[in-house]
Amino acid sequence: MDFQVIADNFSFLMLQGFIGVGGFAGGTLRLALPAIALGFILGTAIALARLARARWLALAAGVYVEFFRGVPLVMVIFWFWFMIPALIGTALPEYTVALTAFVVFEAAYLAEIVRSGIQSVARGQVEAATAAGLTHAQTMRHVVLPQALRHMIPALVTQFIVLLKDTSLASIIGYVDLTKAAQIVNNREIRPFELYLFIAAVYWMSSYAMSRYARYWERRLMPSASAPV
Amino acid sequence: MNYRFDWSVLWSGQTGAWLLQGIGTTLELSLIGWLIAVALGIGSGALRTLPSAPLRWLAAAYVEFFRNVPLLVWMFFWYFAVPPLLPQIFQDWLLDHGAEFWAGVLALGVYHGARFAEVIRSGIGAIPRTQFEAAASTGLTTAQTYRLIILPVAFRLIIPPATNETLNLLKNSSIALTIGVAELTFQVRQIETYTAKAFEALVAGTMLYLLLCLALSALSARLERRAAIPGMITRRNIGEA
Repeated sequence: MDFQVIADNFSFLMLQGFIGVGGFAGGTLRLALPAIALGFILGTAIALARLARARWLALAAGVYVEFFRGVPLVMVIFWFWFMIPALIGTALPEYTVALTAFVVFEAAYLAEIVRSGIQSVARGQVEAATAAGLTHAQTMRHVVLPQALRHMIPALVTQFIVLLKDTSLASIIGYVDLTKAAQIVNNREIRPFELYLFIAAVYWMSSYAMSRYARYWERRLMPSASAPV
Repeated sequence: MNYRFDWSVLWSGQTGAWLLQGIGTTLELSLIGWLIAVALGIGSGALRTLPSAPLRWLAAAYVEFFRNVPLLVWMFFWYFAVPPLLPQIFQDWLLDHGAEFWAGVLALGVYHGARFAEVIRSGIGAIPRTQFEAAASTGLTTAQTYRLIILPVAFRLIIPPATNETLNLLKNSSIALTIGVAELTFQVRQIETYTAKAFEALVAGTMLYLLLCLALSALSARLERRAAIPGMITRRNIGEA
């Protein structure tokens, strides 16, 4: 065992692979951060559609969520990888394909988190807002969503951990994330044990740190969640 | 867009056989991986609820270590990194017996075992403390309490989250294509490579995964109704944390 290979390639693995600054349009964080932000926006829209009074809208959102939750992410990535060139006639960079696939896929899971967050806000709040003369949209914006967001934080952090780990799958279409960076180094150095152990440690530290953070928020939210509203 | 559809690739000769083989391998991979995951999950999930701190710590270390690293990395690890460290005899045996399949099974089993452990733990946590006390007062040992009282009840409570986790395992078995296991997604890609019929192959693969997931959900919903314990309706909240 010889961990010199890690020291020699440390900046390639971490800067290019994990963060995403360097010669390739790559990076685990550069994919995961926009994916969670955009996925959250799309997910919120889908959750609102699922709770909408218009039945066709609720049904369409339900089908979206159930469909993507029943299909492996690898399959969704291949869908975008093969179908975008067929539809628009030109191939897009791996980054665009991967980001689109992750946003579309994660939105289905995030929609469920947002929906249960919205439903965790007590009924009386909505009734009070209606009584005070707020419209449905105003009630959502000023009363329900701010409270729902607080309740969602632990689940959102947990979902981000899932997403961060899932971005490793972008390597199968050639996107240079941390996993692909380790593969590239390994092809040259043939040190699979050291390299895969190292990236496992990097993923582990970021995931574990965030899961502690999620637990901290859960505990913080406990008293307010059980308080009478 | 001038794409000529040809759905016959899904059932004609070679490509149709690939698809069938793919389903078979996906099911085989998932089933063996599931058995390992459930065994590890029950063991470590139960350990995490014991009074003994070292045992709790051991199980927690297993769970936190394995579930916080991507499954893909575990697949690479078990397939590329571990075999070269084994004695030559084992390496030869693995080469003759589908090393990639067993690496995939092991990665799935160990990774999802850590996730099943959390499901089992929350199931045990949902059982009232009085059950443990009642078991102790009738003279049962800790092992007997778990085997005869706690686990049978916990199993009936965790059916919904355990189903969810089973479906995750089934879907995650697709990641084994990265180490060359010829499961369903692998075969879909192979059909695409040989026939250039990406759309048909992807539709078939997607539909097959959806069907497998729907069938499993329906099965588990029936099981849940039959196994429900009257009076214990807290099961909705288990394992959602």
